[in-house]
Amino acid sequence: MAGIDGHEPVTMTMAQALNHGLRRALERDAKTVLFGEDIGRLGGVFRVTDGLQKDFGEHRVIDAPLAESGIVGAAVGLAMRGYRPVLEMQFDGFVYPAFDQIVSQVAKLRRRTEGAISLPITIRIPYGGGIGAVEHHSESPEAYFAHTPGLRVLTPSDPQAAFDTIQQAIASDDPVIYLEPKRRYWDKGSVDASADPLDPAMAPYPWRARTLRVGSDVTIVCYGPMVRTCLEAARASGEVSIEVIDLQSLSPVDYDAIVASVERTARLVVVHEASRNAGLGAEIATRISERCFTMLEAPVTRVTGYDVPYPPNRLEEFFLPDLDRVLDGVDRVMSY
Amino acid sequence: MDDSGLGAAGVQLLTARGERVEHPDFAISLTDDELRGLLRDMTLVRRLDAEATALQRQGELGLWASCLGQEAAQVGSAHAMAASDYAFPTYREHGVSWVRGVPPLDMLAMLRGVTNGGWDPNRYRCAPSVIVIGNQALHAVGYAMGIQLDGSQDAAIGYFGDGATAQGDVNEAFVFAAVFNAPVVFLCQNNQWAISQPTGRQTRTPLFERAAGFGFPGIRVDGNDVLAVMAVTRHALARARAGEGPTLIEAFTYRMAAHTTSDDPTRYREAVELEAWRQRDPIERLRVHLANEGIVDDSFLEGLQQESETLGELVRAGVRSMPDPEPGAMFDHVYAEWHPEIEAQRDEVDAYLASFVEEGVR
Ligand SMILES: Cc1ncc(C[n+]2csc(CCOP(=O)(O)OP(=O)(O)O)c2C)c(N)n1
Ligand SMILES: [Mg+2]
Repeated sequence: MAGIDGHEPVTMTMAQALNHGLRRALERDAKTVLFGEDIGRLGGVFRVTDGLQKDFGEHRVIDAPLAESGIVGAAVGLAMRGYRPVLEMQFDGFVYPAFDQIVSQVAKLRRRTEGAISLPITIRIPYGGGIGAVEHHSESPEAYFAHTPGLRVLTPSDPQAAFDTIQQAIASDDPVIYLEPKRRYWDKGSVDASADPLDPAMAPYPWRARTLRVGSDVTIVCYGPMVRTCLEAARASGEVSIEVIDLQSLSPVDYDAIVASVERTARLVVVHEASRNAGLGAEIATRISERCFTMLEAPVTRVTGYDVPYPPNRLEEFFLPDLDRVLDGVDRVMSY
Repeated sequence: MDDSGLGAAGVQLLTARGERVEHPDFAISLTDDELRGLLRDMTLVRRLDAEATALQRQGELGLWASCLGQEAAQVGSAHAMAASDYAFPTYREHGVSWVRGVPPLDMLAMLRGVTNGGWDPNRYRCAPSVIVIGNQALHAVGYAMGIQLDGSQDAAIGYFGDGATAQGDVNEAFVFAAVFNAPVVFLCQNNQWAISQPTGRQTRTPLFERAAGFGFPGIRVDGNDVLAVMAVTRHALARARAGEGPTLIEAFTYRMAAHTTSDDPTRYREAVELEAWRQRDPIERLRVHLANEGIVDDSFLEGLQQESETLGELVRAGVRSMPDPEPGAMFDHVYAEWHPEIEAQRDEVDAYLASFVEEGVR
């Protein structure tokens, strides 16, 4: 894309921003390799790796046999040999064959070797619903990974964040589960590529929450695909002044940012697509109750998917939190 | 033998030009009615598949994975099954579910997005189609272990693709089937592609040869030859029933359409390949054979054409008028036993939606 290397911000989709971020990572470090199903000639089913095999070669952008446990397990060995593997799981519902390798090996090897071996593996996973897909293509598995010590979990919510954080994730010496909100792949935004995201002086630290809208009555905490929904809800809400925090990092969570906000608003709504039971919202509600109990004007409220398998797509609009459901959550904490 | 890559090991009973040939190990003798039945089923499945593809284009279905070109592998193998056998298909086996008697609209319901299933598996002895690559191979083995424990004569067939042979689950299925000598047939349709990746990205040996390493026979068959597929599958099922254990069948075929309606195969494969496989069409070769033998005549073919049109209309109308489920349906059947949280959330959704009615919004 013309202009990306200049100093002018360029408008692009999140998928394109990720593509540019991956390109930068491949340019930066010869040890960075991309590994996944259909990422080469096809450019991935979402075209996030479009053109990268052509430009960097089949030894850097590698089409893997159809086996997710194989992809992640082999990446452990590649990393031990000094490589920095960036893996693509084709969809959220297809990461589970690799769950054993991720939980038993990727998450634990550094600790087992007392730091002798780090695993700088990035596992990209398109996740979430809202695209009218069939089963296994709309899931939100973040809690499994956030629950697993040894993994970091990141999820961008706009093209700039995607461009920056994919590079930061790859540069991290820890394994990062990188969740890409697939229904936002085609959302456009301005990307300023002039700042080096690996230069701490120039780019925001990835493991910190981002306050995207300042408000005084209610804090909404959200991430990934729900950020746009919550920003729209905040704009649509008439009298109530809503602050919107994009967590971005789901492990570690930047609780200080949430506490600082709730100290002003005294009300918190946590929004996610994933099912409610033992989800991220449960953990956040607990932490905020622990730290802000006497300040809260209302119990922390969650607006989430329900505790059912992701429904067939004709029902997904009833499963997914939308603007109305977010505002309903806001009403609940306001009228408590 | 043609140059499809099938190779000398590939069992063939009907050439691409529709000539009937003999094979030393596999023979088949079917009545004229049975032969016409195979042509009818393959033709109707192709029509159903074309109609579904069109309905997806019109926005009536969310997605469709076409079985175009694979009708012989699916219809032939399913016809080898007894009613009491059990099939474990993937998302592409429309020809299998058709032969098992699943009503066409039930097959389309999942792609319409009104259900994650579509039919009662036990009624048709055909499991819900599985999307997660390879999972169902183990289910077929476990089912076959159950048959064995029962001391019954039934068998199970697990379907999967060339890509799936790379998955741990499929290889574990081979191990379990071999160790327990389970009455199961693995039917691998090698359609040459796993989305954009050619079979060579999954294996360096011909797939049927893998079986030997696990300790059971593997057979390659011309997957576009319905007679050969049926003969080979009958043989494998007979072995299973006789307590001789599993068989891997590699049906050598080709995915004539895109991977799914979301895919763009021009990004990764050449049109000439498609053209070469068009010459080996499974339906056309049977039609030629049956016409040459005087088993079908113009009036039969016209009748079949008419029947296809009627099926297309039925599917079109049926899909368009398929009702959306009620929102509360997402809470149905999640658990067998009462679950307080599910009921609380069902009430929550009801109350929430009712609040819009009160406000007169929805
Ligand atoms: C575990 C898993 N990983 C990835 C996918 C995405 N996917 C769907 S179909 C497919 C290719 C399957 O190829 P093959 O087994 O040859 O079957 P075919 O589609 O050719 O019938 C892939 C990678 C999936 N469904 N499940
Ligand atoms: Mg295939």
